[in-house]
Amino acid sequence: MSIKIDVDMTKCQHYGQCCFEAPTVFELDADGKLNVLTHEVDEDMREAVEAAADVCPMQAITLTDI
Amino acid sequence: MTTVVIVGAGLGGLRAAESLRANGFVGEITVIGDEPHMPYNRPPLSKEALKSGLDMSTLEFRRKASVADVTWQLGSAVVACDLSARTITLADGSIVGFDALVAASGIRPRDFNIPGPRNGRHFLRAAADAHALREQLVPGARIVILGSGFIGCEVAATARQLGCEVDIVTLDPVPMYRPLGTILGAGMQAHHEEHGVRFHFGRSITEFTGHDRVTGAVLDDDSSLEADVVLEAVGSVPNTQWLAGNNIDLSDGILTDSSLRVVGSPAPFVAVGDVARYENALFPGVARRIEHWNLPTDTGKRAGATLATLLTGGQPDQTPFAPMPSFWSDQYHCKVQSFGLPGIADEIVIVGGEPSGECVAEYRRDGALVGVIGINSTSALVPYRTALMAG
Ligand SMILES: Cc1cc2nc3c(=O)[nH]c(=O)nc-3n(C[C@H](O)[C@H](O)[C@H](O)COP(=O)(O)OP(=O)(O)OC[C@H]3O[C@@H](n4cnc5c(N)ncnc54)[C@H](O)[C@@H]3O)c2cc1C
Ligand code: SF4
Repeated sequence: MSIKIDVDMTKCQHYGQCCFEAPTVFELDADGKLNVLTHEVDEDMREAVEAAADVCPMQAITLTDI
Repeated sequence: MTTVVIVGAGLGGLRAAESLRANGFVGEITVIGDEPHMPYNRPPLSKEALKSGLDMSTLEFRRKASVADVTWQLGSAVVACDLSARTITLADGSIVGFDALVAASGIRPRDFNIPGPRNGRHFLRAAADAHALREQLVPGARIVILGSGFIGCEVAATARQLGCEVDIVTLDPVPMYRPLGTILGAGMQAHHEEHGVRFHFGRSITEFTGHDRVTGAVLDDDSSLEADVVLEAVGSVPNTQWLAGNNIDLSDGILTDSSLRVVGSPAPFVAVGDVARYENALFPGVARRIEHWNLPTDTGKRAGATLATLLTGGQPDQTPFAPMPSFWSDQYHCKVQSFGLPGIADEIVIVGGEPSGECVAEYRRDGALVGVIGINSTSALVPYRTALMAG
């Protein structure tokens, strides 16, 4: 199974909390805007992307099993 | 079946339940909360939701599938607990037994019982509080805010955006004095004053005036302010009264060890979130209670693992607990973001920018970095967070 990652950019406030939990998926660019590097990850990344979704203050990250 | 009772249906309670499941606990989990809502996000209550309206369906946290079988007993307050008998008592007098307990009961705003009418005076912690306050924040309404901490300042910014007149009365010399210090505090003061907020520094309120409803506030220099609405936002009190009489340390929240296990409890018992006091290995030597949004998640995860281990007869992980405290605040176009414990610093150095604009400040104690705060400088904080993590 893999996991689909959606970030609601109307909610995201670019706090970057997600980047600390899953740096290979979320990154802040030089202007401080969130970049989602990949929208799909394998099962072995579950813990990291779940942690990222948990720490998002805006609760902007949705994970779906696909 | 083994039963874990979680007292408090907030973020910490939710994360503890999820962590119990993630750590293999298959028994019964009952979460008891006095609010009528499923766990929801509080920070918007002073910001976006206060401005644009409360929609509980968007404020509620998404819950992991693993907690679908948890029993949520909402609208029900725990009034007593007997850790030896392993029972809690609810407000309606019913008694519930448990094998293990989680305290996730958070804090409440401090009430100084200032004399005067009660009607028109507000505190802000729960959705119901935000709802009641929001109804009063109509254009032209005069709001007097007691306290210039984050919540007072965020409500001030929101109230200005809603067209209210805002006066802040505070004993401090600048807004958000304890977390930010003088320089950044003064920078934020400039933003607030630019937006028309009036500060009354070094002052407190001795009395509210009005008959059946508040019409004003009397300050300790005998000056007075007219008010249609009042928000009292000075300090907080941990919700531990339900644990009285158990011979555990409740002097400031619930004292735990680094696995979040409550010190001195005869029953398996952990505490999480705003109500827990523990030693953070990043800032060793003192057990602290920290009211930051990210910590209910960090403590909930660790505490769930501890309890799951205890319930299978194991020894909880004693590796040091070192979550990074982090805080953010939105006021006007300013994003204030903090890592570490800037409040314990003895020296503050602006390392980039201007306190009234974009800036980064280092907070040091005995010469060592203990915190960093940025205003509109998210990316610049990343290396500091890394340095703080490294200790
Ligand atoms: C208006 C506001 C704005 C905030 N903004 C920010 C911010 O911008 N950034 C940030 O980092 N943090 C912010 N915070 C702090 C953050 O929301 C808290 O740190 C977090 O909610 C703590 O979670 P918790 O689960 O420990 O406690 P809570 O969320 O308070 O949950 C505890 C629950 O337990 C219930 N309870 C208490 N006693 C009992 C009892 N005896 N029986 C049953 N139930 C009980 C309470 O009613 C509550 O529902 C803000 C808080 C507020 C109120
Ligand atoms: S944590 Fe949430 S708000 Fe912050 S950058 Fe990531 S998605 Fe955006």
